[in-house]
Amino acid sequence: MSVVTVQLGQCGNQVGHELFDVVCGDAHDGQRRSYCSVSRERFFHQTERGDLVARAVLIDMEPKVIKHSMNKAANSGRWTYGDDAHFSQKQGSGNNWANGFCVHGPRHEAALEELVRRQVERCDRLSGLMAMMSVAGGTGSGVGTYVTQCLRDTFPKSFIVNQLTWPYGTGEVIVQNYNSVLTLAHLYGLSDAILVHENDTVHGICARLLNLKHISFGDVNRVIAHQLGAVLQPALTTDSHGLYSRNPLGELASALVCHPEYKLLSMSTVPQMPSASIAYSTFSWPGPLRHLRQMLVSNSKMEEGIDWQVRLPAASERSRSLTGGGRGGGRGGGGAAAAAIFNRSLANLLILRGKDVYSAETGGFEDPALFTSWLSPRDAFSLWKSPVPFNKYEKSATLVSNSQALLRPLDDMSLHPPVR
Amino acid sequence: MRHSKVGQCGNQVGCRFWDLALREHAHVNKTGVYDDALSSFFRNVDSRKSDGGACGFGGRIQHLKARAVLVDMEEGVVNEILQGPLSEVFDSTQLLTDVSGSGNNWAVGHMSYGSVYREQIVDKLRKAAEHCDCLQCFFLIHSMGGGTGSGLGTRVLSLLEEEFPEVCRIVTSVYPSPEDDVITSPYNSVLAMKELSEHADCVIPVENQSLVDIVNKIKHMSDGGKPGLTIRKDSSIISGQGGLRGAEKPFDAMNNIVANLLLNITSSARFEGSLNMDLNEIAMNLVPFPRLHYLVPSLTPLYTLADVSVPTRRLDQMFSDAFSKDHQLLRANPKHSLYLACALMVRGNVQVSDLRRNIERLRPSLPFVSWNQEGWKTGLCSVPPVGHSHSLLALANNTCVKSTFLDLKERFTKLYRKKAHLHHYLHVEGMEQSCFSEAITSLSSLIEEYHHLDATKGKLIPDAPRLSIAR
Repeated sequence: MSVVTVQLGQCGNQVGHELFDVVCGDAHDGQRRSYCSVSRERFFHQTERGDLVARAVLIDMEPKVIKHSMNKAANSGRWTYGDDAHFSQKQGSGNNWANGFCVHGPRHEAALEELVRRQVERCDRLSGLMAMMSVAGGTGSGVGTYVTQCLRDTFPKSFIVNQLTWPYGTGEVIVQNYNSVLTLAHLYGLSDAILVHENDTVHGICARLLNLKHISFGDVNRVIAHQLGAVLQPALTTDSHGLYSRNPLGELASALVCHPEYKLLSMSTVPQMPSASIAYSTFSWPGPLRHLRQMLVSNSKMEEGIDWQVRLPAASERSRSLTGGGRGGGRGGGGAAAAAIFNRSLANLLILRGKDVYSAETGGFEDPALFTSWLSPRDAFSLWKSPVPFNKYEKSATLVSNSQALLRPLDDMSLHPPVR
Repeated sequence: MRHSKVGQCGNQVGCRFWDLALREHAHVNKTGVYDDALSSFFRNVDSRKSDGGACGFGGRIQHLKARAVLVDMEEGVVNEILQGPLSEVFDSTQLLTDVSGSGNNWAVGHMSYGSVYREQIVDKLRKAAEHCDCLQCFFLIHSMGGGTGSGLGTRVLSLLEEEFPEVCRIVTSVYPSPEDDVITSPYNSVLAMKELSEHADCVIPVENQSLVDIVNKIKHMSDGGKPGLTIRKDSSIISGQGGLRGAEKPFDAMNNIVANLLLNITSSARFEGSLNMDLNEIAMNLVPFPRLHYLVPSLTPLYTLADVSVPTRRLDQMFSDAFSKDHQLLRANPKHSLYLACALMVRGNVQVSDLRRNIERLRPSLPFVSWNQEGWKTGLCSVPPVGHSHSLLALANNTCVKSTFLDLKERFTKLYRKKAHLHHYLHVEGMEQSCFSEAITSLSSLIEEYHHLDATKGKLIPDAPRLSIAR
């Protein structure tokens, strides 16, 4: 039931901190008791005095970020990181994946494994491990990949999920594409599922949906944390038989990663609005769900500027492969142009949280036209629910997709710089 | 980090640097606790302790000692430092001096003193390195035109590579202006260039003339300028105010600029921020091929206006300024050449959205090399420099440095053709004519490499000879 989070590098540690903040704030007293206790058990270890200590290991090759995160947590008054749960060095990885993977990782393997083991032993039952990191830098990407490898060796039967943050397209790090490609190539063989957030997308959400004029990395990280929280907080799944699922990572992976060649998952959450507006908004299910479905179909990343012209391909155009009818495909028939940019899914997971979840109409997500022909919608589509409102939104819906949505960023990444 | 200051220029700049560094940390560190940030530049020593006195983090500041080695072959400058208010910051084990100087002769610095003092230099560097928990980088500060800084300085550089091959070496080199009064400065500079190309990880060239221009601009603003627009005294990058030093000395204003450059480069390694940038990330991102490691620096803002009712210059103006020639510390023109890479190190109250907006705005007018169209290296440090709410240091690997090198080559050739002053060098033990021809060849081929990349500008040339390395 518990998830141990491994925070790697500056990004991993900053986002991780926001995640614990979100889930702690979400499951406060006053919420339904079982939701609260499952959430707490999942993310925190409770000391005898009742203090919440995050089930997390903080790893970085320089000390400043970890120090900052730990102080911030301690100052929150609601939860802390364990005193013995961090590892840092002084010299950094120099944005060099090879430094992280070939030098720092192996050099400190024993110490890092010990830290993770300590956290795992404190769990009554381990439901899985989540490694959080960026792919652009040196530590998150390089050490993160190495640590994932160690986790896989040490816990061969556990579910391991990687949460990756992809950098802005116009650069934060000049060698980011090298670091990203090397990371993804290795993780594919190690991870059970890879959850991806793109800085550009999240930045757009901050600008256009949250109306933030001055967007800081803190703002970006809070959006990512909100989306992750929406996925990882307790939910009732098809296998959990009326109780909150004890196996969130496993069920996530089995719902979505139906084929070992396709592990990259993207996510969208609706609604997202400035927190000041939440109190004044009314929520109902049909509108947001309709938007979410079209966002999936047209590969729009947010609830604004959705392209409603993109339609599902007609029955005659459906094909066996993932790419037929996708990019550049779709011959003949009036809907060909629209079908050419339709985002085909392998699998989708819809998570509904809040009031009246049981009355929400989700049939639109089971349309076979959304998916490939070799998986029936019954197997390709999963639905989780929780009657508890998440993070102040009376109703919210999150869609985690295994689809073509990440093709374009992947292409961009591997094209620059050209390695001949 | 370890600083080695060599020669008059190096030590004078260094002196301003340590003064301003103390000022900056005093501004930020209100608790008097010896913290991580301080420890990157300073040791904390309690001289009452018998074991050498080193104090770890978290304790009160006792005596701060700079992590530095000062080298000069005449005593004047170093003695002055030791008699001034910064004397406490250095102890005798960190110094290496001689009496008669190098006579503006690279060979004397590099060969003669280089051999005589080799052991001592290595010894002092070793001791200094041992005091560091984790040695991330060496900074070398020197001038190119003289004898000690240029000659002995580059000898120290190759010793650093020999003794500490894995530690990054960043060199700040002050290049002579054409009107430099040292006649042999072209010889010294070209001989030093070969060493820099071969042994440095990256070089930040600074031209005296650019520094002079900036100083004049600021003086004009603060003296003449528009009525009512006065500059905040401690905020200009030429000001040493707030430091320990009293009256200003002649080169102080120019040296303060270089000192500020060093403070800004190291800011993200010392203070926290939302997107940290370490020193070893600089070479990693900005140096695409080993010898092409010359980075053009620009610093903004140059000053803050004192009158708070005048609206502070828009943040975006700061980014535009970084790409204007007025703020460069080198007199080349990057906009007509090719960017191989560019780094923006931002300090203060600036968010990632500001950074993105400005990159998108400026990017279309900046010519980038075909295989790095989108690549920028960015850093956000929360702590601004003293007297400013924000600042920006841009480091550009741009082919325009080629023009600086071409100038140098021309001045060298003028002298060398006539063999003028050559005998002073050839008389030095270990120095031969081949040193000169090798040095000029090295410079010529460096210029050629930049030339080749320039030729790819605007075209999609698949195979400039350089790029075949990727195969």
